[in-house]
Amino acid sequence: MLRFIIKRLLLVIPTLLGITIVVQLFIVITPGDPARLLAGNQVSEEEVEELREEMGLNDPFLVRYGNYMKNLLSGNFGTSYRTKSSVLTEMLNRFPYTLLLVCISMLLAVVIGIPLGIYAATHQYSWKDNAAIFGSLFCVSMPSFWFALMLIQALCVKLKILPVAGVDNWKGWILPCFTNALAYAASIARQMRSNLLEVIRQDFISTARAKGQTENKVLYKHALQNAVIPIIMTIGSIFGFALGGSLITEVIFGIPGLGSYTITALMARDYPVIQTSVLFLSTVFCIMLLLTDVAFAIVDPRIRAQYVRRAKKPEKKEPERSVA
Amino acid sequence: MNETVSWRKKSRFAETWRQLKKNKVAVICLFVIIAVVLIAIFAPVIAPYSYEKQDYSSVYAPPSAEHLLGTDGLGRDILSRLIYGAGQSLQLGVISTAIASVIGIIIGSIAGYYGGWKDNLIMRFFDIYQSIPMFLLCVTLAAVMGPSLNNATLAIGIGMIPGPARMMRASILSIREMDYVESAKAINAHSSHIIRKYIVPNAIAPLIVYVTMSIGMNVLAGGALSFIGLGAQPPVPEWGAMVSDARNIMRDHGTLALYPGICIMIVVLAFNLLGDGLRDALDPRLKN
Amino acid sequence: MTDILLEISDLVIEYHTDDAVIHALNGINLTIKQGETIGLVGETGAGKTTIARSIMRILQTPPAKFCSGKIVFQDQDIMALSEKEMRKIRGNKIAMIFQDPMTALNPVHRIGDQITEAVGLHNHVSRAEAQIRAGKMLEMVGIPASRFKEYPHQFSGGMKQRVVIAMALACNPILLLADEPTTALDVTIQAQVLEMMRELKERLGTSVVMITHDLGIVAQTCNSVAVIYAGEIVEYGTAEHIFDYPSHPYTIGLFNSLPKLGSRERRLKPIKGLMPDPTNLPTGCKFYDRCPDATKACSLCSPDIIEISPGHSVKCIMREVSS
Repeated sequence: MLRFIIKRLLLVIPTLLGITIVVQLFIVITPGDPARLLAGNQVSEEEVEELREEMGLNDPFLVRYGNYMKNLLSGNFGTSYRTKSSVLTEMLNRFPYTLLLVCISMLLAVVIGIPLGIYAATHQYSWKDNAAIFGSLFCVSMPSFWFALMLIQALCVKLKILPVAGVDNWKGWILPCFTNALAYAASIARQMRSNLLEVIRQDFISTARAKGQTENKVLYKHALQNAVIPIIMTIGSIFGFALGGSLITEVIFGIPGLGSYTITALMARDYPVIQTSVLFLSTVFCIMLLLTDVAFAIVDPRIRAQYVRRAKKPEKKEPERSVA
Repeated sequence: MNETVSWRKKSRFAETWRQLKKNKVAVICLFVIIAVVLIAIFAPVIAPYSYEKQDYSSVYAPPSAEHLLGTDGLGRDILSRLIYGAGQSLQLGVISTAIASVIGIIIGSIAGYYGGWKDNLIMRFFDIYQSIPMFLLCVTLAAVMGPSLNNATLAIGIGMIPGPARMMRASILSIREMDYVESAKAINAHSSHIIRKYIVPNAIAPLIVYVTMSIGMNVLAGGALSFIGLGAQPPVPEWGAMVSDARNIMRDHGTLALYPGICIMIVVLAFNLLGDGLRDALDPRLKN
Repeated sequence: MTDILLEISDLVIEYHTDDAVIHALNGINLTIKQGETIGLVGETGAGKTTIARSIMRILQTPPAKFCSGKIVFQDQDIMALSEKEMRKIRGNKIAMIFQDPMTALNPVHRIGDQITEAVGLHNHVSRAEAQIRAGKMLEMVGIPASRFKEYPHQFSGGMKQRVVIAMALACNPILLLADEPTTALDVTIQAQVLEMMRELKERLGTSVVMITHDLGIVAQTCNSVAVIYAGEIVEYGTAEHIFDYPSHPYTIGLFNSLPKLGSRERRLKPIKGLMPDPTNLPTGCKFYDRCPDATKACSLCSPDIIEISPGHSVKCIMREVSS
């Protein structure tokens, strides 16, 4: 198992390397001139050109990439064009907010989504199932930014139960996490329902019933344990959607996290921030995918068997004749 | 015998349509989508006003006979802007999906059919690609290319390529192993014949479902991009941008943000429900 | 006096789907005696599995529907029992082996635990005691108890089927329903598994319903034979009688279609035609279309069951009682 984890971990490195190349590529092919943006309109063309040289904007791609990587590996993530503060410090300050937002949303999504999916699957031919499917699709079809605004209008402005923006106290977290969680819960519920329906039709479920097992145990002990395993992978990919979605959520709710920082940077062509931000968020996603892969391998005995080193050799001899 | 021939000619398309017709919800959604498309095409004819006609005398007007849904901060008729907006959202959804699907299917087919180092290279590339959270990628691309509706469409299209690519590759890989392909090879069928007769029809089914639901998701992504200002630029009346416009004055004029959001939701829901229905129709085993 | 273990009378079962109603069983009459092995022979789709699942009451309703008839097991009407009472019988007094061993076991549970579960459901013993019993069952089917903690994917098809058998026999059932237990296995393994089943049956005194389409297996293992066609029992008798004096045209056709060692025939002799569409069954004899001896009268109404010699009955009007 350790071998598998290490092997999987090593795969992350070339992936991240690739991301740095892709990000640099985006920046290099961007139209627009950050030197001019930085210097302002009053400065003469020669001085802007000097600034460009200084910023290394005229160097060929490989040189720029080389410098970037050199800086990166020595821990220098640059300073923001816009705020002139260290990118790294700013990120470390902001990241906890994003992490908290994403994690709570995911937790809520799992807690709501899995039971909902089970409910829908066990009431398959009734209106409850159809209602659950429709409800899930409804939640998934809603633009989250619009839904957030509607909820803010209803709960914060009109009813004044929750704060309009900011996360100064715990109440400020409720709406942002909830609006995200709804869409993710719907995805998980649909996936859970379809997994469970597929598993229930399998032969080993009939075997369990034929043993005289109660319908409840057949569902929870036999069917569910099989159906829930692929959900681990679903959670991994939804985490990616959550990271991307945090960009919008933080802007709407005024959360001082990595997402809102990235949006501001993108609008202002603040390259050092953009580079680092994309790299950072992608790394977090990679780590999450790694964790889900490992969890999947641990939980599913069929996969686990491929990676666990056997303590002793399995018995090769199978009896030729049946034993009396 | 005539009976056998006519049975064979009843294509999968007809069979799928027959199954789909049974699902009333899916049929309603199909009509809704057709209606939206027609609204988008005939917007200049249907809309009572132009989307940019400003009328400073009636700003933030409540619904009236002249302006069925009222006016916005610049005196523009909301109903007309909503009608014109249909085309923008559809473009964001459909064209981006088309871009992603065409490119994705070609790449996925190459990876799946040829295998070997080509497959490996493409898959490693997609691993890197998909390690960047998809929305982050789209936002970055849109910002980098410069805010406009077309760029947003392109950005979303490029960001979504891995989805159909992997699906096509997976379909091809599994179909290749099927016995009926082996039999075809055994009677010396040509590659292109195998692709045309066996691989494409069987790979199409999951792709159709994916593409339909993908259109819905892309409309949402496009709306989000416009919401943060990276998509349609003013005065283009994209629904997401309209929500953004209304954001600052929500306290006093809540309904201005309500209508465009509902429009987005209707379109996306229609595509999603249709996709769900298509999935049931194409593979009835999954339903019962 | 031989004890009658299970009696099925006029069992009629239908499947209701969106498109049509499938008439799966059309009046099954069957008697199973204590200690006997009865073979249930028929083609795919004849209704064999439906009978087995009805006895266990594990048919999915919907889409299946129990229309009429009776199943009486040890003087208890199966259809009248509550679910709780039925659960006491399943796995305990009546057990079932399913056809495909590759999918019959739960992939994420250890095989030892799956057998232990069967034991624990019907016996008030501690978990440790149940595990010991499960280990003994494993040994009985020829699997070393050291493999108790392994998972199904670590076993071959034949061994999986042995685990399934161990699980079925764990509570010493009176009646075992074996639904094509060796169809998915290759011939040598098939022989081993059948031999093992025979020994276990003798040791434990279990009655067996052997569902199969393979007459060779019937010859090897069964005391009596019932031939099923289109949801009806068309012939019933002892194995000797059926093999030596097959009477129903379908049974005769089945035997004729078997290739014989040492014969110099050039072509196989299949029964021409197909089983009738179960959604649209004919009113007369269901074998009418394919029967070489059919007459007009056969198509008019369904034949009665005639006892042509003691213990040997046929559902055909062309056969007469003989001495």
